[in-house]
Amino acid sequence: MLQAFFQKKLPEFTLKAEFSVAENEILVLAGPSGSGKTTILECLAGLQKPEAGKIKANGKVLFSAVKKINLPPWQRQIGYIFQDYALFQHLTAKENILYGLKHGANNQKKAEKKAKLMKLLALFEITHLQESYPAQLSGGERQRVALARALVTEPAVLLLDEPLAALDRKLRVKLREEIKKIHALWQIPFVLVTHYRCEIELGDKVITARKDRGVKFNAPIRLTEEICFTENG
Amino acid sequence: MKDMALKPSACKGVKFNTLTRPELHEMENDFLAPLFLSLRVAVLATALAFIFGIVLAWLFSRKSFWGKEIIETIFTIPLVLPPTVIGFGLLLIIGKHGPLGKLSEIFFQRQIIFTWGAAVIAAAVVAFPLVYQNAKAALESVDANQERAARTLGAKETEVFFTVTFPLAWPGLAAGLILAFARALGEFGATLMVAGNIPGKTQTIPMAIYFAVEAGDHKTALFLTLIVFIFSFSLILGLNQWSKRKVKYFTAKGRN
Repeated sequence: MLQAFFQKKLPEFTLKAEFSVAENEILVLAGPSGSGKTTILECLAGLQKPEAGKIKANGKVLFSAVKKINLPPWQRQIGYIFQDYALFQHLTAKENILYGLKHGANNQKKAEKKAKLMKLLALFEITHLQESYPAQLSGGERQRVALARALVTEPAVLLLDEPLAALDRKLRVKLREEIKKIHALWQIPFVLVTHYRCEIELGDKVITARKDRGVKFNAPIRLTEEICFTENG
Repeated sequence: MKDMALKPSACKGVKFNTLTRPELHEMENDFLAPLFLSLRVAVLATALAFIFGIVLAWLFSRKSFWGKEIIETIFTIPLVLPPTVIGFGLLLIIGKHGPLGKLSEIFFQRQIIFTWGAAVIAAAVVAFPLVYQNAKAALESVDANQERAARTLGAKETEVFFTVTFPLAWPGLAAGLILAFARALGEFGATLMVAGNIPGKTQTIPMAIYFAVEAGDHKTALFLTLIVFIFSFSLILGLNQWSKRKVKYFTAKGRN
């Protein structure tokens, strides 16, 4: 279970978000580019710090403005699929996937790590690509490596930033199914950001970004499940 | 008196045919001493410049604060100042009456200037901007998302630096390293002013060549020049090959 409500001041408006996502749910954040969707993911992952609010995952407090808690990203156990996948370009696909097991607070035995790697390589059908560098992979292959890399660390939540944007239409339909399949297998909350209308159907819950020009900065945070944007001042 | 005249030091270089084995060995050492000293000075100075240059470039590329521009200008200025100006500036700091020179006298009872340590300092100061400039450009060009991905995968800041930032910035860092080493090896003006030209103690290759030419000893000058040339040539060739192999993945062609 992921629970979050927080506020973050951006140059053009103040972002207010409040939502919860259960293990068996995919939350889709939809809205035009520049509406602060990625900022929400970054606040969840600990890459940015909100000014107010609280973020909890699996009962663990990740951020709390009142209690002055702000766990760094490496302590949050939140998987993040970046828009451009951000694979380590100096490492092979295999080394990319193993990175989280090597550097996280992970004391697994070598055999265990290997078994996990093999399982994920097989699941994502990338066993034959394990020695390739990201520059040698196609868009779809890169995405599968990125998914395997994030999931191997057994995150409590998985965040996906425009996971299908870099792919062509045919692949997009296929990968949409794949994401659903993976979610069913992993049973952790997924938060997916998109600006495509057609991807909304992926979500069990959908939050649409909305510009609320009439509302002043100091107006009460809306408690409905939606993000609203208010102009500063 | 007779004993004195027979001492090797008195007849060195005069009667070659009477020199014994250990003395010959000493002669060779004298001849190669500038080379080894130069290498020692250049390696140490490059290492100092490399470590300080990278650490400062890393800090400066992610933090901004008041006066940053001014400090960065000071970092870069040895690149454009005449070496004699740097030498004089260093004399003011590490010289007998300079603050660091005085501290050294108090704590170690010895002076810094006219030692090979002073040559290392001079070479490091002139080499530093080359490391700093290249390192800053290289670190800034590293894809921030890859660093952030490492963080979300459980890596702490230092781990992120050594496993992602450093390898990705390596081509630029290597370029700075080569330039800095070349500059340190060739340093003349500032070194002459702070370390002097004491054979076997502070006489580096550039000094040895200059003073050999001045004394009309073209044979020694040519020999040393050839050594430097061959050494520099193979070093740069080797480093280029090595880093080319290391950066292959950056240029690997995508299949799509």
